[in-house]
Order: sequence, then C-alpha cells, then structure tokens
Amino acid sequence: MTATVPPATRAAAGQPDLRRSALSLRRRTTNRVAMAAITLALVVAATPLFLVTWTVISRGLDVLSWQFLTEDIPNSYRRSGGGMAPAIVGTLVITGMAALLAIPLGVFGAIYLNEYGKRKPLARVIRTMADVMTGVPSIVMGLFIYVSFVVVVGAKTAFAGALALACLMLPIVIRSSEEMLRLVPGELREASLALGARQWRTILTVVLPAALSGIASGALLAIARAAGETAPIIATVGLTFSVNTGLFEGQNTALPAQIFRNASQPFAAAQGRAWGAALTLVAIVLIFTMLARVVVSRFAIKER
Amino acid sequence: MTTQTTQEPEQPALTGGGGGVRAERLFSLWTLATGLLVLAILALILITTTNEAWPVLRAGGFRFITERTWDPNPQTGDAVFGALSFMYGTAVSSLIALLIAVPISVGIALFLTELAPRRLGAPAVTIIDLLASVPSVVFGLWGVLVVAPALVHVYRWLNDVLGGIPLLGDVFGVPVGTGRSFMTAGVILAIMITPIITSISREVLSTVPQANKDAAYAVGATHWEMITGAVFPHSFAGLVGAVMLGLGRAMGETIAVALVIGGATAITPNIFAGGNTMAAIIVQQFGESTGLFTAALIGLGVVLFAMTIVVNLAARVVVNRAELRMRGAAG
Repeated sequence: MTATVPPATRAAAGQPDLRRSALSLRRRTTNRVAMAAITLALVVAATPLFLVTWTVISRGLDVLSWQFLTEDIPNSYRRSGGGMAPAIVGTLVITGMAALLAIPLGVFGAIYLNEYGKRKPLARVIRTMADVMTGVPSIVMGLFIYVSFVVVVGAKTAFAGALALACLMLPIVIRSSEEMLRLVPGELREASLALGARQWRTILTVVLPAALSGIASGALLAIARAAGETAPIIATVGLTFSVNTGLFEGQNTALPAQIFRNASQPFAAAQGRAWGAALTLVAIVLIFTMLARVVVSRFAIKER
Repeated sequence: MTTQTTQEPEQPALTGGGGGVRAERLFSLWTLATGLLVLAILALILITTTNEAWPVLRAGGFRFITERTWDPNPQTGDAVFGALSFMYGTAVSSLIALLIAVPISVGIALFLTELAPRRLGAPAVTIIDLLASVPSVVFGLWGVLVVAPALVHVYRWLNDVLGGIPLLGDVFGVPVGTGRSFMTAGVILAIMITPIITSISREVLSTVPQANKDAAYAVGATHWEMITGAVFPHSFAGLVGAVMLGLGRAMGETIAVALVIGGATAITPNIFAGGNTMAAIIVQQFGESTGLFTAALIGLGVVLFAMTIVVNLAARVVVNRAELRMRGAAG
C-alpha cells in the first residue's frame, strides 16, 4: 500500500528492469500529479471548515456578551443591543423535547430490527426506509408537521417544532442504535436466556446496558444535528421576542431561525446578532458532539 | 446478569420464570410498533401533504410542474403557480454542487483508503466529521455575508474572459451585483454534501479486495494505474450510489440555499444570475402565505419529497447491491 511501485530487487542481466527509474516519464508524471491531486482534495475540503470557523468565532466574539445571552430580542432589525435569550431557551426546550420523543422510540425500533426482525423481509424494508427517511429534506418534515399538527391544533408552538425535529432524529437514532446493538456479543444473550430469562428481560437487563454508551453517543450526535435544523422551526414554531419556556402555549423561536431572519438584513445590528447567534449555536452543537466522543471513549471498555 | 439466579427445587420450573409469556408478547409487539413508525411517518407525510396541496394540484394538474410562472399575488386575474423555474434551479444548483464535490470527495476517500499514513487518517476523518456537524444555516450565513461578496469579483473576471465566446458566454454571463446566484448556491452546497459522499465512498472503496490491488501491482502498475485499473472498476456502482446520495442531500438542502441563491423566479443559462430552488422558495415565502398560496408551497414540498425519495431509494438500492456483490467477490 505504501510503496508506489513494488520494490525491485536487482536488475540482473536478462531480467526486466523493474526499478522506478525504468518507468516512462509520462507514467511517472501522471502518477505524481494524481497523488498530489488526491492529497490536495483534503486540503480543499479543510479550507472552508477553517474559514467558517474562523469567521464565526471572530465576528461572533465581537457581539457575544453576558447581555447577549440573557436579554430579549429587539423587535427591530436596525436597533442594536438586546440579546438572544429567547432563541437560546427555545433551542434548548425544542431540542430537549424532540430528544425525549425520538430517542426512546428510536431505541425500541432498533431493538425490533436487531433482536426480533433480523433478516426478515419486514425488517429489511424498515431498515431501507429508515435510511431513506434520513434523506427526507427537513423542510418537508416541517410542512408535514405544519399540515398534520399545527393546522389541526390551530397554533404554532414549541411542541410542533419538537415533533418535526423528532421525526428528523428518529431514523438517525434507529440506525446508530442498531449498529451498537449488533456489537453486543451473542454469548451475552445466550447466557441470559440459559439462566431462564425471557427475551424481553434479556434485552432490557443485559443487551441494552451493554450497548448503552454507543447508543448514548449516537443519540447525542442526533441531538447536535437537530439543534442546527432551521427550516422545520420556521414552518412550525413561529416567532417571539421574549423568553417562552412553555411547550404548548404561545409561539417560540430558536437560534437557527434567528440566524436565518437576521442574515439577509442589510443592517449591521442584525448581521451582528446573526453572527453572535451562530457562535452560540456552533458552541451548543460542539458541546453535544464532544460529549458524544467522551461518552464513547470513557465507557467503550464495557462493550467488549 | 441481573435476572433470577438459580432455582432450588428438584424440578426447575422452566416454563414459569423470566417474566411471563404475556409480557414477552407485549414487548415484542411494542418494539414492532416503533419500527413500523418509520413506515407510518413516511406514508403520512405523503398523504397529509398531498391532501393539503390538493386544491392547487387539481386545479393546475400537470401545468403545476410545466409552468414557469410563479405569481401568487397578481395585480389582475388569478394567481399562477408553476414549479418549473424552481425545479430548474434545484437541478442547476445540485449539478454545480456535484461537479465540485464529487472529485473532491472521491479524492479524500482515495486519500484515506489508499494513501494516508495511519497517523494522518484519524485527523482527516475528524475534519470531515466536523464539516458535517456545522449547521447548514451557519454555512448560509457565511455564504451570504462573506462568500457571495467575495466571489462576485471572480464571477466578473470569468465573465470578462469568457463572456465573448458564444456558448460559454451564455453560461458565464453577467453576474448579479450581490453575488447571490446559482453558482454561489452550488459552491455552498458542494461544501455541505462533501462529507456524505466522502463517507459512503470510503466504505465502498474499502471493500476492494487486497488481491485485486496486488495483482495490479504485480503486472507493473503505478499507484495511480492501480487505482484506475483495479479500484475504480470494482467500486464503480457503489460510487454512483454515493454520488446519488449526495444529489439527494443537495436537492433537499433548504436554508443555506435560500440565503445565497438570490430569490429570483427565472430560467436562465447564466449560472451567475439569481434564481431559486423548490426547497428555498418554500422557506422564503411560507411565513407570508395564506390559503391557496400555502397550498401551492406545500405542493412544491410534495414534488420535492417525491423526487428525493426516488433518488434516495435508488441510491440505497445501488449501494446495498454493490456492497453485497463486493462482499461476494471478496470472499
């Protein structure tokens, strides 16, 4: 893998010359250029990541302050000052509720796929459709909840947003949890069954605890993804300028929606708020991502 | 581990222990129900949104997807809802994104599977993971306030150089002043779909049997000739699937595109002009819409849903089949 050309030993008389220098210039150059291009691809992909991170941090820090994190949103784009507290609270409330809905359901779905369904045709269909569901555009999920919940109830609420995010998280949780359940060795299940435990007790008391750290890390990553979703929030949650912790009463807002609202405004105050909200959001997402890594590395020993 | 330990009586009551037949049945039914939830949600999405959009879809019929005018509030006469301009915008911006992202993603996947020394592999994967974890609205914010104004200069230069040439001049036309255009949307989308294409490509490329690679080396291939001669033919189908998954993501991406594409209802070959996509127009206009207008936006959602489901399903089938075939070949 590492050697460019199989190492030639010695060009003995009558033997073909296998050394690198025997390659034609064209072939050698093509190879060099291609290898350089492949390496360059990684640099090209890393560049926007660093540029985004740097811009968000530098512009966000100009705005970020205690006041920014704790005060209400000004109801005019032009006005400077004020903060993002309602959006931060909204993001936490909506994402938290979505996690409460999606994670238990997703884990049970994964239990079905890995412990009961296995290779049955129905399980295969569900597996494929869960993969397909991860590709459903988030705005479509927002429209779905708007039509089937917001219109029915008659109001945009934080709970509607949580439902939409839960629908987006569900397939991610199912697929990642199933991967983790598959890592649990069969001997554990057999040992428990041999002691006389029924399958449901085996699953709840033996299989799930063994896979818990992996499932938790997958769930945290799903939360991180959901916290950054914008389109479903705009379609289902509405807008507020003051803190609203209620799930069912009154409209709410979230950080991504505020970034979107402020981003395309020509006013410096609005753009500043957008950068500050972006830094706050990235920090929240990063915290959950880091937490997922810590959970995996700290409890990974148990998995064996 | 924590279940009943031992049973003392001479005849162990094997039928009684472990928590009851009814509990077992209830539990397995409950897990089945949660599994079926996935299918139920997908079906409900299709039914409820189609139902809500029905007035517009019935009135417009096929004209809904062949009409290029989108005029929800005309000065005179009835509102006209045609999705064609937005379908065109979705296609063009996704195509630009794929043209940029596919070579880069496959390059990274090759770097990780064929080139990278072990201590460089892990950081490279971390970079891709981090790229995937940046929320799309943050890319949109960066795109509209930083990238678009910067790219305008590049667009102007390209238009100066290529504008005079007949066919190319149409494609690289006069750029809009803000830089919010199909091209900018394509660039931002390319950044956003690179992680998924890379990760699937990496899975596909790692299934190429070592024997095939060794065989290529044995007949004197250089590293690159080994890749084109042994790796690509073996993994072609899987790579096609990876690209299609990327396409599905690009088509459905909403917020970033809504910010950087400029919001014009137009079908033009000029990639430096403003336009709009199906996903973007929904989120831009949903807040201010009522009645039939809302129904029309939901109708766009139905079309978008159908298109992404088809693309994603086809991609999954291609990837799964390719992986099966490869495992067979490797075994």
